[in-house]
Amino acid sequence: MNRSATDLLLCWLPPATRAGVVRRGLVVWGVAPLIALFLWISSPQEHPLARALVYTFAISTSIWLLCDPVRIALHRWLGTQPPHYWVWSPRTLIYMPLCMLLGYVAGTAIGDAYAGHSTWELFSLSPKRFWGFWLSSLGVSFGFLFYFQQRERALEMRKQATEARLKLLETQLEPHMLFNTLANLRALIATDPPRAIQMLDRLNDYLRATLRGSRTDAQSGEHTLADETARLRDYLELMAVRMGPRLTYGFEVPEDLLNHPVPPLLLQPLVENAIRHGLEPRIEGGRISVRARRDGLQLVIEVSDTGVGMDPSAPAHTDGGFGIAQVRERLASLSGGPGRVDVLSAPGEGTTVRLHLPLAL
Amino acid sequence: MNATALIAEDEPLLAAALQAELAQAWPALRIVATVGHGAAAVEQTLALQPDVVFMDIRMPGQTGLEAAAELADEWPVDSPDATPFPALVFVTAYDQYAVQAFEAQAVDYLLKPVQAARLEKTVQRVQALLAQRREAFPGTTTQDPALDLAVEKLRALLAPAASAAPEPLRVIQAGVGNQIRLLPVDEVLCFEAADKYVRVLTQDAELLIRTPLKDLLPQLDQSVFWQVHRGTVVRATAVRTVHRDEVGKLSLEVAGLKERVPVSRLYAGRFRAM
Repeated sequence: MNRSATDLLLCWLPPATRAGVVRRGLVVWGVAPLIALFLWISSPQEHPLARALVYTFAISTSIWLLCDPVRIALHRWLGTQPPHYWVWSPRTLIYMPLCMLLGYVAGTAIGDAYAGHSTWELFSLSPKRFWGFWLSSLGVSFGFLFYFQQRERALEMRKQATEARLKLLETQLEPHMLFNTLANLRALIATDPPRAIQMLDRLNDYLRATLRGSRTDAQSGEHTLADETARLRDYLELMAVRMGPRLTYGFEVPEDLLNHPVPPLLLQPLVENAIRHGLEPRIEGGRISVRARRDGLQLVIEVSDTGVGMDPSAPAHTDGGFGIAQVRERLASLSGGPGRVDVLSAPGEGTTVRLHLPLAL
Repeated sequence: MNATALIAEDEPLLAAALQAELAQAWPALRIVATVGHGAAAVEQTLALQPDVVFMDIRMPGQTGLEAAAELADEWPVDSPDATPFPALVFVTAYDQYAVQAFEAQAVDYLLKPVQAARLEKTVQRVQALLAQRREAFPGTTTQDPALDLAVEKLRALLAPAASAAPEPLRVIQAGVGNQIRLLPVDEVLCFEAADKYVRVLTQDAELLIRTPLKDLLPQLDQSVFWQVHRGTVVRATAVRTVHRDEVGKLSLEVAGLKERVPVSRLYAGRFRAM
């Protein structure tokens, strides 16, 4: 059907819902002939194909009309919300079965008008068959209801997952960081080409690692503490070119822990936070230290800075909060048992984020 | 005399690059200082009085916008031979909000990485402004159009985003010793930034809170609380009289407060007889 024709036909529905209504109607119409075919094959004498088609189309279309477009149109009365108008309120709990009953009655009436006899007589003649019909249409209606609802929920979840991934990518590929780095590169190209090449290589590695890390399928494969610190070094080296003497950094990772596996890019958001919220606002800059050690059966990793610090209980730190929340989430789902995140900070006294992970044996 | 400029940029390579680009685009321009943070930008600009200031927006300590606002407040206009307010050129890597604001206003801005052709345009614009100023306003700096323009634009740029207010603040919670004192916002007469704290003044009490004023501002009803200074917000209905001293500075007499509250140049436009 032509787009503007459907819009005209469904002008009484919220625009965002029209395409979905048409799609669901087409699915219903796609399934109706299959049911008719089934009826015809199961008892060809009682259900000539043409008559079975008329009944199934009439009943399914009227039930769909009442349960889908009319349900959306009545959303105010039903108390449901956009985008899908799908909430089980007491009113919808009454409305939906009622619609199925009404749709069945209306569709049957159309079918009866075509066939020239009354289905309601069947009720007294053969109550078993009457109830069989009625219950099977009810079953099919509920089947559709369940299917459509599940599909919308799945779509919604996929949308949320994509949004979360985009947000993660945006925090990591922060435009401000990117353009400032490019500006530095531009300056170095004229004054110090070997250093420009070095910086470009680091940016290259950083971008590649960040893009890889923002994809959820990146969890597979062994990523060691040595790999992770190499990524951090890329980033810190980029920042050191930009911040000059305002940034110093150091790594303290014991040799026997270098090959310990860690989730990829686990520490990256912490180091970025340390720069962005700790050192960048501080006139003198400061130092970032990344330390790892064994503590009993745990691997403890610390990212600390000597920056401006913060009040960890203040709710205002939403930017940093996203980085920490993300790390927390990843540590909660570790294979060897849940990890822990501690944030130690006070205004003017820098920040330390301490991660506890189960030690791999 | 050659024009003079100051560069405020926290990244040393970018400051050097801008200086090199300017040497190409405007050979006669003399760079009098290069500074790395907002407070130094204010101090050096006041001391050296350059014709142009290239101001990075994101700098440690004080942002470029805050530094510019302070500069507009502190710029001396009372002496007859005062220099006109410098032409401000903001430099930013990525700041959608600021870029839009600058587009709408006539203050110039540069995007990093700074490109030669674009810098050329900025230079022409600044040169035109300086030339115009030299002809039209020799000495009459009390009516400095650059300053008025800058004040107006900065006020717009610094205004907290009105839509960002989630829930207006109703109660102030201030730590006093190991207690927390609650104070209804309805009783507050004045908020005053003081070093690392904000003083909350009422008729008979004074409390200190650690929430910075700029985090507090979006949570206050702006028709009730007026910002009158970088660091001061007063309850509008408590203001009794506005005084003007001999050099044109305004101060407020607030019912319930002993001290007068100074009004900065940026917000002086708020007080006019109806």
